[in-house]
Amino acid sequence: MAKATKITDTEKEELLSESLDVDTDGFGKSAATSETVLDLRNLQTQFTTKWGTVKAVNGVSYNVKRGETLGVVGESGSGKSVTALSIMRLIPSPPGEITGGEVILNGRDLLKLSEREMTSVRGGEISMILQDPMQALNPVFTIENQVGEAIRIHQGLKGTSLFQRVVDSLKKVRIPAPDSRAKDYPHQLSGGMRQRVVGAIGISSEPSVIIADEPTTSLDVTIQAAYLRLLRQIQQEEGVGIVFITHDFGIVAKMCDRVAVMYAGRIVELADVRTIFNSPLHEYTKALINSVPKLEEKTGRLAQIEGQPPLLHNLPPGDSFAPRSPLKYDEKDASIDPELVEVESGHWVQLSRSSVADFDKYKHLVNY
Amino acid sequence: MTTTKNKVGSAPGCKPGVDSVLSVRNLRKWYNVGNNLFGIGKKTFLKAVDDVSFDIERGKTFGLVGESGCGKTTTLKVLLGLEDTTEGSIFYEGEDVATMSAAGKKEFRTNVQAVFQDPWSSLNPRMRVGSIVGEPLEIATNQTKAQIKERVGTLLEEVGLNPYQANLYPHEFSGGQRQRIGVARALALNPKVICLDEPVSALDVSIRAQIMNLLVDLQEQHGLAYLLVAHNLATVRYMCHTMAVMYLGVVQEMGDTERIFEDPKHIYTNALVSAALPSHPDIVRSEFLLPGEVVSPIDPPPGDVFMSRTPLEVDSNHKWANERPPLVELETDHWVVDTPWSIATEESGFKVELK
Repeated sequence: MAKATKITDTEKEELLSESLDVDTDGFGKSAATSETVLDLRNLQTQFTTKWGTVKAVNGVSYNVKRGETLGVVGESGSGKSVTALSIMRLIPSPPGEITGGEVILNGRDLLKLSEREMTSVRGGEISMILQDPMQALNPVFTIENQVGEAIRIHQGLKGTSLFQRVVDSLKKVRIPAPDSRAKDYPHQLSGGMRQRVVGAIGISSEPSVIIADEPTTSLDVTIQAAYLRLLRQIQQEEGVGIVFITHDFGIVAKMCDRVAVMYAGRIVELADVRTIFNSPLHEYTKALINSVPKLEEKTGRLAQIEGQPPLLHNLPPGDSFAPRSPLKYDEKDASIDPELVEVESGHWVQLSRSSVADFDKYKHLVNY
Repeated sequence: MTTTKNKVGSAPGCKPGVDSVLSVRNLRKWYNVGNNLFGIGKKTFLKAVDDVSFDIERGKTFGLVGESGCGKTTTLKVLLGLEDTTEGSIFYEGEDVATMSAAGKKEFRTNVQAVFQDPWSSLNPRMRVGSIVGEPLEIATNQTKAQIKERVGTLLEEVGLNPYQANLYPHEFSGGQRQRIGVARALALNPKVICLDEPVSALDVSIRAQIMNLLVDLQEQHGLAYLLVAHNLATVRYMCHTMAVMYLGVVQEMGDTERIFEDPKHIYTNALVSAALPSHPDIVRSEFLLPGEVVSPIDPPPGDVFMSRTPLEVDSNHKWANERPPLVELETDHWVVDTPWSIATEESGFKVELK
């Protein structure tokens, strides 16, 4: 695998040492390259329920480049996690079903693979870091056993060489005394350390893409900061592409190169992180950013998004955000199914009169 | 109650002459975790809260921040009477709660209410919303059914719900709406203080602002005082007038919220600020991590509790390495535990610029 950044041995030593001293934001520069590793095209996943069909993912397209972090933001129920599970082909069926689209990982469509081939991809080429480290680890197996499992399956290592790889993986996630820690059980580690072990399993087989599904929500702020920094360092060393699912715009500001904002199973805006913060076009994106109090200054009254997210079963066509949009609009405009359009290079917006204030400026890009 | 003599003593960190509804003085909550079944053997204590004093001013918000295990939630539980105190006193309207008459205690419990973190587990799934919100009225007042029903209707309207929703069950509501129900229940008895335990952290981002704004509005309308327990510094800065930063059961920095955020003095506060997430990708704060992890609160050393986490050198013969250091007022309304190893300065490099 191509290393995105070369670092010297001495630098590595410093990074690995536990004495984390003063560091001016250890995040460094973005490691993003232009080589696409994961490409989602018009992915559709639906669930059949007794209330009707829930289109949880309704035509989602995004791509991740080597060494890049793509943030996927949205409320609960916006489809961000179901998209991730669809990529991994972990949607329980029934009731769920991937009904269309392509998931291209390193040139192969994952949706066309057999279940057997998919098993070798999962945890191999692509891996997932889950939200709750307490639940992601099995309490009756040692750390060595659980980190080793992925390596044994994907690389067929055994005995000492397997143990060596386990220790290497634990070293990569900066776990102190990895040799002895490998023999511990999950309950013997703190929450932050446990989440690092989950991370070690994630990177153990050198994947090209890691899907991180809110990996820090259950952690304390200081431990969260350390963990995010670690993810960024690993990314720079390994050149892995990360899909970071979160609802926290602070994490987006700190970690992500590009951002996809999801609402009701669709992407409403996708752009690089600075465009999203400096010149968002969709009202939902604007509202999300303005509804968060700022730490840096005394915030005046918060902007709030009125109403609730829509129910997804039998969602009518049209702009799903319209009922919560602060803009004045015509019922007719809101009923048109909006298209995701590239309004400027790399800046995609779901254009509708009801949710985009500057609609008239970009009207020529759509035929409604 | 204004005529009663104020029996609250002074304490470091508490401004004298504050019109406080609820005061805490030298509060300790220790759990005995050491001795065996028969009480034999060496006693070891988990010192969850160790000598904490603060005032909650009428109509204002006081915030408690810190990492998990710092004792902020235990403090709140003790205040609500869900846990006994080991030592120290709680004063309501200048009166010590421990020595109050039965009627006084009832008044205290009526006037101090709570909203909890998780709106999924804090509402009884088998009760209709009307009964949940009306229950405090049934217990603490002798209003008729019709009066209670009417009051529940007004309360639901006040928190942005519809009176007809009183007939629904909690599962029929979304997280934000459930938290509104929790707020309505807390408001039912017209309390003077509401203890908020992480009221928005379990909610979706788009809903958080709704609830925070609701709380701020209700505070203005009813002159409510809040005790806010939170770990998100931005939430604290938005909601709180005064605040305290806790570490290992001890307040490390306390005072006016804006003063603390403009110039955080304690290294621990700076570490929390540096770890907090920025609100814009162009904001790059210097970031440092404290060595080690949060130490166990079981049998902490007699000296400064922060001693084992400070990145600066500690002189083990220093007075404050062997004795608990007090809060010192370094500037007006800004109190800090002042030891040679706890203050962040430009030179030491542990000072975080927020701007």
